Amino acid sequence: MKSKPPGDDVDNIIQLKHAEMASADWSALLGRLASKPDKSVYARLFNHFAPKVKAYIVRLGVALATAEELTQEVMLSVWRKAHLYHPEKAAASTWIFTLARNQSIDWMRKQKYPQYSLDEWSETASEPGQGEQSVLSDRVANAIKLLPENQAQVIYMSYFEGRSHADIASRLDIPLGSVKSRIRLASEKLKQSWGGDAYEH
Amino acid sequence: MNINHHLDEATLMSYSAGSLSQGMALVVAAHLSYCSECRERARLSDAVGGVLLESLEEQSVADDMLASILSQLDQSPPDLADQQPVRTPPSFIDPEIPAPLREYVDGSLDQLPWKRIVPGVAYYDMPWEGRGVSRLLRIAPGKSMLTHTHHGNELTLVLRGSFSDEVGRFQVGDIADLDDQIEHQPLVDSQEDCICLIATDAPLRFTTLFGKLVQPMTGF
Ligand SMILES: [Zn+2]
Repeated sequence: MKSKPPGDDVDNIIQLKHAEMASADWSALLGRLASKPDKSVYARLFNHFAPKVKAYIVRLGVALATAEELTQEVMLSVWRKAHLYHPEKAAASTWIFTLARNQSIDWMRKQKYPQYSLDEWSETASEPGQGEQSVLSDRVANAIKLLPENQAQVIYMSYFEGRSHADIASRLDIPLGSVKSRIRLASEKLKQSWGGDAYEH
Repeated sequence: MNINHHLDEATLMSYSAGSLSQGMALVVAAHLSYCSECRERARLSDAVGGVLLESLEEQSVADDMLASILSQLDQSPPDLADQQPVRTPPSFIDPEIPAPLREYVDGSLDQLPWKRIVPGVAYYDMPWEGRGVSRLLRIAPGKSMLTHTHHGNELTLVLRGSFSDEVGRFQVGDIADLDDQIEHQPLVDSQEDCICLIATDAPLRFTTLFGKLVQPMTGF
């Protein structure tokens, strides 16, 4: 899919460069916003993330007009909560994903999605040698592309459509246990990529 | 805290995906508040969400959204309240109640309006309607909790006391994360009552499940 040799076409190169830059740069940028409110920094983050946040919310099944409003709320909270962001704890995309997830669910259910607190989240020290979160995100991105179709499918149905195990089981007409084992297998592969070389040897 | 029984990876992924029912998500969040090991795993699952977000085809937003937000920023300083969360004075925090549950439980576990099912077994329902069951269960020493094959997933987190079943012994912070593959009969083996936060994702099987909760004690 994305294995075309660089140089094949210009768009492709731009695409690749863009992807390579993505998580480290956006995390650094959000890190800057965390240490100092800055509208121009915010605007760059907005231009990159708002259309993705909206795409995510639409895929969850929210009507377009509402998705637009929700996107605005999520992006506003990126500004308001930016000081809570730590680049060494999570990639910018991860942090913004959790904001978008929580706010979408809160809206859809009219209930707060139960969370363990951000304080406790940040208490979890990074293991030495774990590297930068953004680099790890790039590894995970590559690993997702390599997942077998049936494992990628259950991951997408979980994250993009918000479907429970039972729901996925009945949609795919497979036993609940198969849904769970596919998710576990996918997770195992993604986790290996997270661990990087250390896990492979 | 020494925790011996953890979340199933599939449950953890679905928690990060935002696809767990309200009740199941509450049990997961409560376990995470006890368990640094599972929190570390949850970070990866969240990162998967971030990567997937980044991979999405963009959906254009209104041209004036950025301008509209920027104009609000002046009236909307960063939410500094978040930086130093307002804490309830310590005297009002029951350390037995994990933080995510405090939203729904006032005071201590003993002050809850427990509803007795049969002698030695009581419950307190979480204040929402949704698929599956979401409640606290309180069982006296020596009583058996649930004997069943159930449909779908079931999470049981120990908040007080302990129980044992075929899988092992479950103490405070431990979670039993089971699906319909497993048949078990937990027995409360602590001196005090065992209090658990439970959730199932079986849709609308409340009556049946309720019956099954009662079954071991009433011999139905
Ligand atoms: Zn755990």
